[in-house]
Amino acid sequence: MARYIVRRVLWGVGLLVIVSAVIFLIFYILPSADPAVLRAGRNSGPTQIAAIRHSLGLDRPIYEQFFDYMKGIFLHFDFGFSYQYNVPVRQLIVTRLPATTYLVVGAVIVWLLMGIPTGIISAIKQRSLLDRTTMATSLALISAPVFWLGLVSLYLFAQDVGQFQIFPGQGSYETATTFVGRGEALILPWIVLAAATAAIYARYMRSSMIEVMSEDYIRTARAKGLTERRVIMRHGVRSAITPIVTLLGLDIGTLLAGNAILTESVFNIPGVGRLLYTSITRSDLTTIQGITLFGAFFIVIFNLIVDIAYAYLDPRVRYQ
Amino acid sequence: MTDSPQAPATTATPARKLLEVRDLMVSFETEDGTLTAVDGASFSVDRGETLGIVGESGSGKSVANMTVLGLTRARYTTISGQIFFDGTDLLSLQPDELRKVRGNDIAMIFQDPLTSLHPYYKIGWQMVEAVQAHQDINHDAARKRSIDLLKLVGIPEAERRFDQYPHEFSGGMRQRVMIAMALVNDPKLLIADEPTTALDVTLQAQILKLLQRLQKEFEMGVIMITHDLGVIAEVADEVNVMYAGRVVEKGSLDQIFYDPQHPYAWGLLGSLTRIDRDRVARLSQIKGQPPSLISPPKGCPFRPRCPHSFDKCLELPELKQRGGETGHLDRCWLDNEKKKSLRIVEGGEIGLEAPAPAGARS
Repeated sequence: MARYIVRRVLWGVGLLVIVSAVIFLIFYILPSADPAVLRAGRNSGPTQIAAIRHSLGLDRPIYEQFFDYMKGIFLHFDFGFSYQYNVPVRQLIVTRLPATTYLVVGAVIVWLLMGIPTGIISAIKQRSLLDRTTMATSLALISAPVFWLGLVSLYLFAQDVGQFQIFPGQGSYETATTFVGRGEALILPWIVLAAATAAIYARYMRSSMIEVMSEDYIRTARAKGLTERRVIMRHGVRSAITPIVTLLGLDIGTLLAGNAILTESVFNIPGVGRLLYTSITRSDLTTIQGITLFGAFFIVIFNLIVDIAYAYLDPRVRYQ
Repeated sequence: MTDSPQAPATTATPARKLLEVRDLMVSFETEDGTLTAVDGASFSVDRGETLGIVGESGSGKSVANMTVLGLTRARYTTISGQIFFDGTDLLSLQPDELRKVRGNDIAMIFQDPLTSLHPYYKIGWQMVEAVQAHQDINHDAARKRSIDLLKLVGIPEAERRFDQYPHEFSGGMRQRVMIAMALVNDPKLLIADEPTTALDVTLQAQILKLLQRLQKEFEMGVIMITHDLGVIAEVADEVNVMYAGRVVEKGSLDQIFYDPQHPYAWGLLGSLTRIDRDRVARLSQIKGQPPSLISPPKGCPFRPRCPHSFDKCLELPELKQRGGETGHLDRCWLDNEKKKSLRIVEGGEIGLEAPAPAGARS
């Protein structure tokens, strides 16, 4: 097991280097804007721009730039300097991580609590009215764009503009000062961010559960005279939920990586996603690179966690 | 051990045997129509006795026996008839009452021991669970009982293997674990659904021997479901031949093997490999496919495949004593004397073959 983990970690590091090289190349081949020009401002001549370019090291060969970048990351955990904010990228990201983490963790809890039981019940009551209703609802939720769902939820429930003023609205995260207060501000974002994923998990859990419940070992469990409840929970769910773990790891990874960008934008939450959004609009290359690498890092980490968790969940994997 | 629950007395004649299934009918609503998997099957077995049920896939042998345990009860299933077990009609029991019989008084083992054990739980855990589902005893006692059973079915180092997962066992050992788990609550009846089909031949013999030994030790009734007449010959006292959801012939082992009355039984016997004879070029087979259970043929269900069928076969023959001795029943309209000559094919063996052509119809 230890050897397996070490091998996976080394793989992950290699993957991160490749990812950063690809990002580097993309911006070199397809620059969205010249960072030196942006930084120089409106009233500046060619000499000024050239001077800035030289000071940023942008006039050197790309492999040198890449090598320096990698050196900074591996030796100093330094992701470079944001051209726009004038602060280290690392600091930019780290100060925004708590908001994103709070948002994502809450949303994960919401979607698991909604999706998993719904999937189980739908599978057990397959083809019933309840099953059909929940599956139709889930399809609607999957189809609804997050920004639309976000705006609708604000229109309906926000304390400032809502028709039913129940939950704190847009921008309330930044004004809240306590953990609980921020949690309240995140109620709507949690639900909005979780809705589509909850629906996907419900459908996934349902089909997984239906498949498992037709397995021979479920018949054995019933033949043993176990209660139906025990057959479902201990024998059925135990198997059906294992593939969900894979899904969960990936979803948490991508959300922490800035995939909550739409939710964060709609609700004005100062997280990594919104930072990514503003960085893209301002061609802040180092920040975009930093966030992408951070994202890749999270995805690699959560993949690793998933694989290790899987070995514990499925004893057959352990011996291979 | 908990007692089997007593159901209200039924009006029909009381059952004398351990298990008596009468006129069992099981049908499923499918998208293509109603599928009648078991169509009026009756069979019985007593303690210490082995009933062999033989038939092709889809003959209803598994469904009938799963219905005994209530495993086919579902929203789209219709079940009728009577299943007396120890004087109780199991069909009249509530699901939770029937649950207390399952795995306790009646146990079942299945064909594929690889897929029949839960891959994520240690075999010990699964056995302890089976004990504790019916007996109010602590984990240590349940563990001890389980290990005793593992030893009894011939698993070496039972204490150590108790803590292993199913995938760490070989196929034969897994089936032994299944058997141990089935017997852990000292059942009166064991239903074995093709227990040796997934195993290779040398293991088959071992498992059958084991089952026979355990049957004596536990004084159980055993129902052996199989498509393999070789298995039947090895273990059965009584034999039921099932076809398309019906019992088409029933009798003692010798009656079925030496004096088969139904052409389907001739076909089954004719397709056996014999080690006491020279190898024939090609094994004979029963032509055609089993009939659709959604729209079965009119009359005798074997008629479309039977080379000896005639006009009368458009009517369904009832199961009764015809050409056989006492207790030997069948469903075939053919003349009793004619049967004796028709079933002898080339080489003097019993088999199913087309009769001579040109107007020589029976």
